[in-house]
Amino acid sequence: MYSKDGENYFIVDAHIALWDARPENQRNIPGKQFIDCFYDYHRNLSPDAEQWSYEEFLYQGGERLMKDLFEDGYVDHAIFQPAYLGAFYKNGFAQVEEAYGLAAANPDKLTYNHCYDPRDGEAGLDRLRADHEKMGFKGVKLYTAEWHGESRGYKLSDPWSYRYFEECRKLGIKNIHIHKGPTVRPLDRDAFDVADVDHAASDFTDLNFVVEHVGLPRLEDFCWIATQEPNVHGGLAVAMPFMHTRPRYFAQIIGELIYWIGEDRIQFSSDYAIWTPRWLIERFVDFQIPADMTEYAPLTTAQKKKILGLNAAKMYDIPVPAELQLPDADETKTGPRQPERADLAGVQ
Amino acid sequence: MTALHLDPAAETRWDVTEEDIRSALDSVFDPELDEPITDLGFVRSLEVQAGVGGARVEVHLRLPTSFCSPNFAYLMASDSKDVISALPAVAQVVVELDDHHDSDVINAGLAADAGYRGTFLHEAEDSLDELRWTFRRKAHTAAMERCLTDLLRANASLVETEVGTIRLWNLPAGRNKEALLRRRAALGLPEAADATVLVNHEGHPYPPDAVPLALRRARSTRISIDGNAHFCRGLLRTRYEGSGTDQSPRPDGAEAADHHELLPLIVKEIHP
Repeated sequence: MYSKDGENYFIVDAHIALWDARPENQRNIPGKQFIDCFYDYHRNLSPDAEQWSYEEFLYQGGERLMKDLFEDGYVDHAIFQPAYLGAFYKNGFAQVEEAYGLAAANPDKLTYNHCYDPRDGEAGLDRLRADHEKMGFKGVKLYTAEWHGESRGYKLSDPWSYRYFEECRKLGIKNIHIHKGPTVRPLDRDAFDVADVDHAASDFTDLNFVVEHVGLPRLEDFCWIATQEPNVHGGLAVAMPFMHTRPRYFAQIIGELIYWIGEDRIQFSSDYAIWTPRWLIERFVDFQIPADMTEYAPLTTAQKKKILGLNAAKMYDIPVPAELQLPDADETKTGPRQPERADLAGVQ
Repeated sequence: MTALHLDPAAETRWDVTEEDIRSALDSVFDPELDEPITDLGFVRSLEVQAGVGGARVEVHLRLPTSFCSPNFAYLMASDSKDVISALPAVAQVVVELDDHHDSDVINAGLAADAGYRGTFLHEAEDSLDELRWTFRRKAHTAAMERCLTDLLRANASLVETEVGTIRLWNLPAGRNKEALLRRRAALGLPEAADATVLVNHEGHPYPPDAVPLALRRARSTRISIDGNAHFCRGLLRTRYEGSGTDQSPRPDGAEAADHHELLPLIVKEIHP
């Protein structure tokens, strides 16, 4: 829990990882390029005082994770969202077994989400069933730009994606987290397009689709889809640290999200270990939309509380002390939330 | 007899300079960010050597991450090769993309002039034309929103539903209007002074009740492009030390913390 100015915030970090990107686990050059890309994100968007050495960044281990999140980081509960990346890392990028073990040992603090690849076909479905029986997860993380044999990406609208969603439905896996990377096939079109989320969300209205990094770099496409689909949510991975380097950009991201999808469908995450939660939470609680951006209403404390934890807690049935709970906003389920604020009329 | 024939190498040797190459590359755009690769700092090195029959030019490109989308990477690299090859004094062009996960594939394709489908084989279906159009439309949408938002901020009496009736002649002259006209031309939209500003990519205006949503949607597009452009610039500076000196300032979406600080932000500010 984080407390400031007499307000208490229940914190759910909805997207964390336990990875191993050390050279001995890298399968090939893309394995090194992948973690180097993450490290540049980390260096570029972190305050100086929060920057890690490259060595630290390659691997953290469970002990450090627990400290960074729960001792230093104010986090009440965190959710693993593993990216397997077997084409890049010998034992996978996300350390699935270790993360599951850590969550099993700390069920009040950690939720383990699993991952699968629909291109594994029938054999993958069997494995998903077996994994679910063993681990009992409520959510999965899908990285659509994962390399798989000759294929370097898939769409959520592919027939096999649908077969897996049907299986998720049967197993009670309700929360589908989507990480859109540059999906390569076919190369003809925009690799970051989130239109396939629209198809899947329309056809599986009983599943929640959480689009990580709120569709960035296609915020506009994400907002347009999410405003029409009440089961599409936005995860703030990668977006949060812009508070530090580009606060006006962050203000616009959060302002657009509140406008298009409302305060009940946005989830905080640090994207640990790319960033650590402590400074992000402190700054978000202090954050406000700049006064000259009159197209957005100021962020309220209630909105911050929902984003920082209550929204994800609700999705995952994580118990929240009664005094920290808040009711849903009395808002439309689809379409813009503050249509009266769409204009700049009266700014002067 | 031979005196009548000039040696082709001697004739063209000094006709192309690094500046010529650079200014040719000014016309190569990152389609996603809607900016020349020369402004973004994507040109890593540029070498011109005299050669038989004309100059030999070698250009190396670099991108903000190894995992930048390969279709955009290929477009910029192949466009670079095309514009340099089109210079009359150039006999041989080598364009290479450095440090990308698809460098080998793309560089081999460029060296062999294999084209898009020849380069990417089974991963390519038809062409990258539709991709280019998608981002030309987005660039137009963003340019349109910048102009209309400026106008709204400058005119307190302007009612929002009336934004749909604004014509090009209502826009003050300046950088944003010029940019909008360029984007309109790229889409084949009318540039006449009485043309409506707020239109979809086919040139159709919006009925008054649809104007606020159209404007707001355009705004999210503008925010996205500006945000991506600055993030990509920042990542390039992080990845390649010193590359910031090769970047030109981008006024759209600039913030105090950018390393280019002295930018005209006035248009976005309000002075009550």
